[in-house]
Amino acid sequence: MSKIFKSLVSTVIPLPIENIDTDQIIPARFLKATTREGFGENLFRDWRFDENNQPKQDFVFNNPIYSGQVLVAGKNFGCGSSREHAAWAIGDFGLKVVVSSFFADIFKNNALNNFILPITVSDAFLHKIFQAVEADPKAAVEVNLEEQFIAIKSTGEKESFDINQYKKTCLLNGYDDIDYLLSLRNEIEQYETSRPFNF
Amino acid sequence: MGKTLFDKIWDGHVVTSRPGHPDAVYINTHFIHEVTSPQAFDGLRKRNIPVFRPNKTRATADHNVPTVDQHLPIKEALSRHQVEMLTKNTAEFGVELYGLGHRYQGIVHVIGPELGITLPGMTIVCGDSHTSTHGAFGAIAFGIGTSEVEQVLATQCILQYKPKRMKIEITGQLKKGVLSKDIILYIIAKISASGATGYFVEYAGEAIRSLSMEARMTICNMSIEMGARGGLIAPDHVTFDYIKGREFAPQGAAWDQALDYWKTLYTDVDAEFDKVLVFKAEDIEPQVTYGTNPGMGMGVTEHIPGLSDIEDGERPSFTKSLEYMGLEAGSQLLGKKVDYVFIGSCTNSRIEDLRLVADFVKGKKKSDDVTVWIVPGSKQVEAQAIEEGIDKVFEAAGFQLRQPGCSACLAMNEDKIPAGKYCISTSNRNFEGRQGPNARTFLASPLTAAAAAITGIVSDVREMI
Ligand code: SF4
Repeated sequence: MSKIFKSLVSTVIPLPIENIDTDQIIPARFLKATTREGFGENLFRDWRFDENNQPKQDFVFNNPIYSGQVLVAGKNFGCGSSREHAAWAIGDFGLKVVVSSFFADIFKNNALNNFILPITVSDAFLHKIFQAVEADPKAAVEVNLEEQFIAIKSTGEKESFDINQYKKTCLLNGYDDIDYLLSLRNEIEQYETSRPFNF
Repeated sequence: MGKTLFDKIWDGHVVTSRPGHPDAVYINTHFIHEVTSPQAFDGLRKRNIPVFRPNKTRATADHNVPTVDQHLPIKEALSRHQVEMLTKNTAEFGVELYGLGHRYQGIVHVIGPELGITLPGMTIVCGDSHTSTHGAFGAIAFGIGTSEVEQVLATQCILQYKPKRMKIEITGQLKKGVLSKDIILYIIAKISASGATGYFVEYAGEAIRSLSMEARMTICNMSIEMGARGGLIAPDHVTFDYIKGREFAPQGAAWDQALDYWKTLYTDVDAEFDKVLVFKAEDIEPQVTYGTNPGMGMGVTEHIPGLSDIEDGERPSFTKSLEYMGLEAGSQLLGKKVDYVFIGSCTNSRIEDLRLVADFVKGKKKSDDVTVWIVPGSKQVEAQAIEEGIDKVFEAAGFQLRQPGCSACLAMNEDKIPAGKYCISTSNRNFEGRQGPNARTFLASPLTAAAAAITGIVSDVREMI
């Protein structure tokens, strides 16, 4: 997983379903690994494969027309569990950006901690992306983190997105939170001496 | 202007707040379990750093442990490996472990409170979204991802932006047969599975104040199911009585000092919330969910919404959900046949839940077509149930009392609901496949679940008590 994200142009995988929860992204029975790798294989496992492990043809991930590094999903993506495995599965599968009109908090944080960019767009813009892909499965989007915009290449429509500046710096430079926290060691120790109780 | 309870605790735990950075928040207690911690310990090894404050982290094995024959080695190789890794990692990094066979072992959110580790005013995190449970004590408690588990192990701190504050007030008194589980299912059904995203919720009002600690934990537990970061309840004499004398609770002079401080933990009258919601306790009837997210719930006598009640844009998701559940829009759940009853999980597996169910089923027998699993939240709950003879009541009713763990709440172990079967469950999530591939879940209170165990169908428990 690359630790830097700047910009990309990619076709998208459309998944216009709302409330996609972490149990769909990676079912609990696949959480038994003790490393971060290999979860991509089981991304959306129960939507991709039937009981006999045969690909379900009607699921978008099994349709070769759709591919790319950008997943576009309905609102409230990533609700449910705090399992970071959901972000690992998405990253391990090769996705770099998830676009939705609403993200669950913990998922958003987990994605950013794994250098996957969650982009919140308006309902209207989300709809436009779905329309563009419906018209042409090879429709591409451009994502630019530096300038904070996402654009639909075929139509030229563009929307800017918010990201907090600290996370933006981390993504652009490949820093992570632990690097920063470790640099605060003195302050942390001072804090501890100022609080006699552990609450 | 006054401060909310949440602000008082948060502000007291900010180590540093640099411009352009999230707050570095100090964590008093960190719980870990076998599923979300191995990669964090690996991270420490890669950085070649120790656990910064090992005595502030406690570990237990709960998510994928079997609930029968716990004295035998775990059969399933991957689960066994995860549990072994936890043992190895905690030993290597000097973290206390309540593993399988330990008398304190159990679901992480059940053991923290019952051991007196969870205390008012604390900041508590765990790599599990239902960490919000501990908020019932007037603590800031929330779930984190594995990268954050690593942050806490490495520095005892976590980077966070301060969430917004919401107050949910429940006025009046609950009616007979209505439990705290029904309150929270009702709230989620009203405000949806994402209705509190971005907020930290304080529950208040007469109905909340009159709840036991166990019942308060059930409410805070499911805060995450409406998207909230966490939920909390101001501590009061119910809280203090519950904590006093527990294994790791402060004692003697330390207790008195702690109590003085804890009594300052309430929301000032002139404090402001970003959002306030008020519900009436008497409007709440026993709840049951019909869909595949916890927001798809209703009163047990109500009908599932018809297609015309659903907004255009939401119809495909709604239809997909009902298809999965094998249910018709507009129909009633009352009288629907169930195949399994699961009473357990960090939402409803405490001794009080088991007592309530035992009282209700005493002298009754389960329906022949139903399999009933009762899974206590911890070794201590299990021991207490046996001491009180609750195990005998269950046995006579045909219920299986199993050993502690998460069990069919997320079906990581063998406790899976078979495909297509209906399970009425006291757990917190009805997602597709949550209780096993293609399993169908109705979330409900322990009483409503027990009623279905006896009748074999979704029932209105108010008519049976
Ligand atoms: S009982 Fe269920 S919700 Fe609670 S910690 Fe275990 S898996 Fe998570």
